[in-house]
Amino acid sequence: MFEIRIHGRGGQGVVTTAELLSVAAFINDREAQAFPTFGSERTGAPVVGFCRIDDRPIRSHEPVAEPNAVIIQDATLVHQVNVFEGLGANGYLLVNTSWSLAELKLDSFAGRLRPERVMVVPATELALTHLGRPLPGAVLLGAFAALTGQVRLDSVVAAIGKRFSGPVAAGNIAAVREAYAMVRDQLQEGSRAQAG
Amino acid sequence: MLKQVEGSRGVAEAVARCRPEVICAYPISPQTHIVEALSGLVAAGELTPCEFVNVESEFAAMSVAIGASATGARAYTATASQGLLYMAEALYNASGLGLPIVMTVANRAIGAPINIWNDHSDAMSQRDSGWIQLYAESNQEALDLHIQAFRIAEELSLPVMVCMDGFILTHAVERIDIPGQDAVDAFVPPYEPRQLLDPGEPVSIGAMVGPDAFTEVRYLAHCKHLRALEVIPQVAKEFAAAFGRESGGLVGDYRCADAETVVVALGSVLGTVKDTVDELRDEGVSIGVLGVTSFRPFPFDAVRAALHGVRRVVVLERALAVGMGGIVAADIRTAWAGEPYTVIAGLGGRPVTKKSLRTLFADAVGDRLEPLTFLDLKRDLVERELRRTG
Repeated sequence: MFEIRIHGRGGQGVVTTAELLSVAAFINDREAQAFPTFGSERTGAPVVGFCRIDDRPIRSHEPVAEPNAVIIQDATLVHQVNVFEGLGANGYLLVNTSWSLAELKLDSFAGRLRPERVMVVPATELALTHLGRPLPGAVLLGAFAALTGQVRLDSVVAAIGKRFSGPVAAGNIAAVREAYAMVRDQLQEGSRAQAG
Repeated sequence: MLKQVEGSRGVAEAVARCRPEVICAYPISPQTHIVEALSGLVAAGELTPCEFVNVESEFAAMSVAIGASATGARAYTATASQGLLYMAEALYNASGLGLPIVMTVANRAIGAPINIWNDHSDAMSQRDSGWIQLYAESNQEALDLHIQAFRIAEELSLPVMVCMDGFILTHAVERIDIPGQDAVDAFVPPYEPRQLLDPGEPVSIGAMVGPDAFTEVRYLAHCKHLRALEVIPQVAKEFAAAFGRESGGLVGDYRCADAETVVVALGSVLGTVKDTVDELRDEGVSIGVLGVTSFRPFPFDAVRAALHGVRRVVVLERALAVGMGGIVAADIRTAWAGEPYTVIAGLGGRPVTKKSLRTLFADAVGDRLEPLTFLDLKRDLVERELRRTG
């Protein structure tokens, strides 16, 4: 079982991101479960979404306590909420930011993780470029697909196509493809650097 | 058709396939997405003929359902928490009149203090209302139980509550199989009322009954519920034959056959309990699970058979009878000779985690549990308050 926790703020589409990820896994013919933290969500308030992916039916309905991956949609949360709670040394970390981990003062935590499992992606900028709106959720799923291999890029694209239509779908899909390529290139550079 | 959708959406589509002719509802979290989806289907002309009645309260919602059902329409509504309490007076009328209304209860705590999260206090408070109460373990079962509920209700002339855990199921996106219209049509034939309000042939229903016959009326209501104990598993069996999967029935046992300890629970916690039991079984602990799907009528014989020869029973309850303890445990006592451990867990949305369940079950197996336990109780907090208030 692979468990993902997504942090963002109300209005950024955290719940939709978790749902899209589960749909992408479903399209991959895997079992998936997505659910939000249940509360009185308000715009701007910290919001958490969860997703579980497995190759066996998922029976559990407890919250995710020890995620395999944490996706941070809004980097302003990192020093407000314990976004790393339960994330082990083999965990994946994906942060939406145009800053570096050092600039976010996350380098000491990220240093505890495997370098090839930590990634920053300017998902909001990509969303603004391709979609014209600062909605990074779907874009991050492109990066997530490249980083973890838990879902395929074409499944993320198909999930977006099911949920959205017209320019919204097209913009998201273009941004997703670019985010995927960015992460794939960075991972290849990293492995080349290691090999060299 | 397999879909990856929110539980509420799945239930709405299943209800729509059962072709209700009147849907009346007042929105309340966490039920809202269900009736929102249904109103959308009616507005789009995808569910026709059906009248969606916007009402001003839950009392009105149940009253409209009663009126609709009495005139021969298949009627559906949904609610939760305080909304169910607001319906209470009308609930008894629906069952007393023998009207086969189907209602989803998206289980939620009752205030005060206000709490929108899940527990079973709402449905349990209407335990004796004369409604059948079925509890869903997963979104697939929630959907399947609705399809079965219309059959059960109409066969018995009794209203049925399908209880699904608020947020935990209603707002979870999972893989579910939504049967096609033809399959549901074959399983749920058109409603043929046994009596109906018709201006052409006027009758009175629900007229006053005095001391000379009221006991008999109640006795007959009890007999009807006992008959439901036969109808519910029969419908589940037919459902399995028609749709190719097991759903519903009276109880569901899991690794119980040789178990020394059996955990009894209702609703969505069963999945987490089963995962925990699998881990303990791997470690050599003799433990099983008994899920109670039909809480009313209470399946004495099925529970008695499942718990026969069991050494310990742990009843996991998502509601509290203040001043008494367990609600389900009181029923279990009538079907099992021993003294069960009662565990109050998951009140007002407190997560029931595998980690806590492991410790709990280990304590039970070691006979270290108190007769009444509150799972994950913050003892320092309650003790401070108890000292303060003397």
